[in-house]
Amino acid sequence: MSRWAIWLPLGLFLAFFALFASGLLKPDDRVIASKMVGKPIPAFTLPAAASDRPALSSADLATGKPRLLNIFASWCVPCAAEAPQLMALKQAGAEIDAVAIRDARADVDQFLGRWGNPYARIGLDARSSLQIAMGSSGVPETFVIDGKGTIVHQHIGDIRAEDVPTILEKLKEAGR
Amino acid sequence: MIAEAGLAALWLAAALAFLQLGLVWFGLTTDKPELLASVRPVAVAQGVLTALSFALLVTLFLRSDMSVALVATNSHSAKPWLYKFAGTWGNHEGSMLLWVMVMGIAGMAVALFERALRRDTHMATLGAQAMISLGFYAFLLFSSNPFARVNPAPPDGQGLNPLLQDPGLAFHPPTLYLGYVGLSVAFSFAVGALLTRNVDAVFARAMRPWILAAWILLTLGITAGSYWAYYELGWGGWWFWDPVENASLMPWLAATALLHSVTVLATRDALRAWTIMLAVVAFSMSMVGTFLVRSGILTSVHAFAVDPERGTFILGLLALYIGGALALFGWRIGTVREGAQFELVSRETMLVVNNLLLSVILGLVLIGTLYPLMTEAFGHKVSVGPPYFDRIAGPVALALVIAMAAGPLTRWRKDQARAVAGRLLVPAIVLLLAFAVVSVLAWGRIGVLPFLGLVIAAGVAVGSVAPLWKRNLRRTPLFTYGMVIAHLGCAVSLAGMAADSAFTVEKLVAARPGGVIETAGWKVRFDAITPIAGDNWTALQGDMTASRGSGSPIDIHPQARFFTAPPTNTTEAALLTRWDGQLYVVLGQEADDGRWQVRIWWKPFVTLIWLGGMMIALGGTLSLLGRERRGWLQKLRRRSAVAAA
Repeated sequence: MSRWAIWLPLGLFLAFFALFASGLLKPDDRVIASKMVGKPIPAFTLPAAASDRPALSSADLATGKPRLLNIFASWCVPCAAEAPQLMALKQAGAEIDAVAIRDARADVDQFLGRWGNPYARIGLDARSSLQIAMGSSGVPETFVIDGKGTIVHQHIGDIRAEDVPTILEKLKEAGR
Repeated sequence: MIAEAGLAALWLAAALAFLQLGLVWFGLTTDKPELLASVRPVAVAQGVLTALSFALLVTLFLRSDMSVALVATNSHSAKPWLYKFAGTWGNHEGSMLLWVMVMGIAGMAVALFERALRRDTHMATLGAQAMISLGFYAFLLFSSNPFARVNPAPPDGQGLNPLLQDPGLAFHPPTLYLGYVGLSVAFSFAVGALLTRNVDAVFARAMRPWILAAWILLTLGITAGSYWAYYELGWGGWWFWDPVENASLMPWLAATALLHSVTVLATRDALRAWTIMLAVVAFSMSMVGTFLVRSGILTSVHAFAVDPERGTFILGLLALYIGGALALFGWRIGTVREGAQFELVSRETMLVVNNLLLSVILGLVLIGTLYPLMTEAFGHKVSVGPPYFDRIAGPVALALVIAMAAGPLTRWRKDQARAVAGRLLVPAIVLLLAFAVVSVLAWGRIGVLPFLGLVIAAGVAVGSVAPLWKRNLRRTPLFTYGMVIAHLGCAVSLAGMAADSAFTVEKLVAARPGGVIETAGWKVRFDAITPIAGDNWTALQGDMTASRGSGSPIDIHPQARFFTAPPTNTTEAALLTRWDGQLYVVLGQEADDGRWQVRIWWKPFVTLIWLGGMMIALGGTLSLLGRERRGWLQKLRRRSAVAAA
């Protein structure tokens, strides 16, 4: 073997090392936005998921005023964790509707009784069909929808306290 | 107390590794042989302590001691005992402790059983093994302590990922780890050889059984993992080119190349530098795989322990060990004498071809796996899936399989091209016959790769057993049988892969209880849906009967399971194995009108894939036994000769 070929493996490894290090150091932005962002929400009509809130249909989301659509489930632990943030969003003036995924009315009532109810309307998506149509892959997720019923932003995962300003900002943008 | 004892054992083992490294270092550099005398006992004690530490963690899991954070987050008191047991390594910390234990035990085995190696090389090898272990001890103790307590203890645990709740978990990860981490021995041998400038045929013969043992276990682990994914995920596929699967395939490819090049070194004293390089690469691939899985740098279904901080730690270990070994290689390999030369037409050349093709596949898989990372560095997000790997690595793999059949039919050192062609005549005729048969049966209806796969598998199967042609079968050494069976296993596995992708029939229907689904000659009658309950899950079970032709109907029960802790849905496919394939039935969701999604696959000869994998491992085992037995016999003969004199 020639002199340089001997050092070739080490060189290759150093290149990989640099790649790995850059991969580790870059900020984590593994969120994959739904293809639905920028598109109108699919037409749907869902039955009511809770006893004290009306049902939800696509028409309710195109009222001229931007709204949040929260996708949650009573059996989902992160959904309970994000409940205070949803309350905070509501207090900041956001109007929030929700879709409960694969849920039962008694469970939803109990969940809302325990963690608070920031929602105006709650639809029951018993077979995740709307969830799939919305391009959402899990619970919880939160969509920002403008007054014309177009999805302008998708938040994947639970809303943390630090996410609240971003979502309010998106809501404000959607209102312009 | 148990947790504290486990942690103490781990600290003690780490201290012993440090001592072992020091003893070797000063023993070899200061010419104090009395220091070296205690290296082997220390290595043995270290292995015993890691095993003790691991056994104590297993005990904690079996007792469901929820005051230990790891048990609380990964186990549940209602779990069947098998999964409490196997759950020990179904998480990051536990599996790293398994890693460290395998490394400790491998070091112990090298200390106890290695007799053929020159003493200074043996000691340097044990020093290198201790050096690698130290990094992983530090990783466990400083960033992934499996014995950490949680206060106050939760009333019960969070449970194990239900996908892992399968007997496969008890077998697949430990086997894979034994292979994965067993390759560390080859790495340490290489470092030891470089440090003591001792690379020759004797060294290769000493190193070969260790490589072979790790390679057998790796083969078994991958085969088992593939079958597990096949029946547990319910997707009907057996290999997904997922980063984690690739992470186990890459060390296997390197180890397979190493296994063949070390044979050249042992038999002909050629390919010295290349063999050392491969020994370094094989375990490096194990470490890179671990890094990829645990750093979260790539997205994968297996990413159960994603944590950038841990990633940084492992990256540091990679830099230290791989970088260090490669630097040592560059610095020292020039001082290793060049090995023996060989002619162009020779077994050596065929094995070089084998090595090059394996390395090409390894490179392609590595690039495919890391490609998303590379493009992400430039701001694009892509995902690389089966189309890339199948199309790019597939043809090279087919070429490799052909070379595999031709290699054993070529003589060592020097052969005549005409003679080799003559020996390949019969396999070539079979290949042409297979071409004719497959053309008649399926021309234009199946893809090019599956077509070639079927044809080549037939020719190569015959070529693989050709080395036994005209030999006295009773006097043929066991390791020759091993090679023949392993090579035949490759052909069998290839035939299964090709048949599966060429002839699988898939049917997705919405069926009502009482209905009959017909596909690929099978009649599946859907009788009813019954709810059933297991230890920690409930399920909706489809009661179905399947029959083919005039055969009697057989009950099958696919399930849609719901696990309570943590709440997750899984599908349990129903598998019906026949000699010519498998019927694979998955129960999906209920539609609004009372019909159920039922997905049925008929997969002709799919089981050959894993049968082939097991034959490869069996061949390796026979080869290992054959070589070792020959070693024992020689030793016995020498002893009796000494006694007679």
